[in-house]
Amino acid sequence: MKPALSLVAFTVASGAGLGLAAWILAWQLAERIDGSVRAFWVGVAIVTVLVSAGLVASTRHLANPRNAWRALSRVRSSWLSREAALALAFYPLAAAHLVFSVGGDPRARVTAVLAIVVALATVACTAMIYACLRTVPRWRTWHTPVGFVSYALASGGLLWAAILAGDDRAAPSATLLLAPVVAAALVKLLWDAKFSARVHATLNEALAVPETAPKGVVQGRVRLLDAGHVNPTFVTNEFGFRLARERASALRLAMFALTLGVPVALALLAPGAEGRWVAAVALLAGVAVERWLFFARAEHVVRLYDGQPTV
Amino acid sequence: MSRLGLVIDIDACVGCHACATACKEWNGASLMAGGAPDYDPQGATPSGVWFNRVRHYEAGEYPESRTLNVPMSCMHCETADCVTVCPTGASYKRAEDGIVLIDAEKCMGCNYCAWACPYGARELDETSGTMRKCTLCVDRIYDTALPEAERQPACVLACPAHARHFGDFDDPSSKVSTMVREREGAPLFENLGYRPTNRYLPPRVAPEVPPPVEAPPRGTLQRRLASMVNRLIRL
Repeated sequence: MKPALSLVAFTVASGAGLGLAAWILAWQLAERIDGSVRAFWVGVAIVTVLVSAGLVASTRHLANPRNAWRALSRVRSSWLSREAALALAFYPLAAAHLVFSVGGDPRARVTAVLAIVVALATVACTAMIYACLRTVPRWRTWHTPVGFVSYALASGGLLWAAILAGDDRAAPSATLLLAPVVAAALVKLLWDAKFSARVHATLNEALAVPETAPKGVVQGRVRLLDAGHVNPTFVTNEFGFRLARERASALRLAMFALTLGVPVALALLAPGAEGRWVAAVALLAGVAVERWLFFARAEHVVRLYDGQPTV
Repeated sequence: MSRLGLVIDIDACVGCHACATACKEWNGASLMAGGAPDYDPQGATPSGVWFNRVRHYEAGEYPESRTLNVPMSCMHCETADCVTVCPTGASYKRAEDGIVLIDAEKCMGCNYCAWACPYGARELDETSGTMRKCTLCVDRIYDTALPEAERQPACVLACPAHARHFGDFDDPSSKVSTMVREREGAPLFENLGYRPTNRYLPPRVAPEVPPPVEAPPRGTLQRRLASMVNRLIRL
């Protein structure tokens, strides 16, 4: 698939923002922080910026954004609709929660739980946009939602640790924060190794031509002679992206270094504020690389018709 | 209630692209289809939106191989994921005849329906930012102003090899249902589970070709007679 930067920016930014929101709300429920602390409001500001930037980036992917408001109309069938509706529902819910928190209203506990659920459900819906497609075998697995949610929790968690660096009372434990990072990297490793070894569909299946059949019936391996067009088409532009193997392994290496190596090393060597911010930014960059690879490595089955023997 | 679609006879298709160009001609400026624009048509890299594309394949190994010309357009699937994934409701499937259409007025150009289609049947019109696809010439097939024989999709009327047929698959006595029954017509990519309506008739079983006859050895009477006959024929 074509790795559209708008979609990379959207999924990484809104994932990190919603993940951070979940951490802040959990900290509040555990009564380790409240609205009187500066760090709380820094966190709220970063959540607002990240989630809003993500939504703006997502509209950059639309060829006709005038109709973007209609995207809320099919929540019963479309994961994209569900994602949009939940992302927008998060704003009034979070606003109500802030009002309750400042006013010391006991209902703040209810809104906190609800906002955590909506934030994580939004990330899960974003992942399901991709995971529900039967046409992209690499995405159609439970690893997609698990990966999206764990990277959201990881990037949000490291941001939260960095924000809390000046406040010793509320500092979260390194184990708790690094758990989602390690989990996300493990999920990634398992998924890649298992997936890449398999053939998911062949051109023969796509064209309903049997590879072996009774004598006389057209059979045997099919190959493309002529795609019928000289210049790139919408289909080849959208689905024909090829990632060179060397580039893929270099990017995978960078991804693991940024998402796992740098945060773990910094947690051990530089647990101060600067170290935490560097770790959070490195992780965000690493998740962006991971998301770019998520699109670039995914192969749509229509590539079979354009001559790729297997997907 | 009906289930309209196409039968494409792979045995008859000569790969001439007449169906694809007739489709462009009819739908290029069609209000129903929203238009199928060309990009840079007279320039160095012409491209554009096509609802129907013909690809050419080879099956088997030479000399036991065969060319397959495969025109592909919207299959008007019964389990049309392009419709269920659409967040705006622009993509829809008609209950009365099963035709899958796009309401360009509602489309936001997110390409999600094209991602959900395994057949590459949907293409974005970059000039308006909205999605395009085969309408099964819905603005021809019900047009009572046309003579009855012409109330068919443009691709079917244009096909010089009679490789394309249009009809109702829900009617077991229709021409398309009969052809599919008799020729074991199959949907493309059946195991993906989209339940496409269009059917492809596989090439017929080729008659057995006897092995070439060995020439008799040189100098024999048989060989001399044969070369004499050959010389006579060449006169």
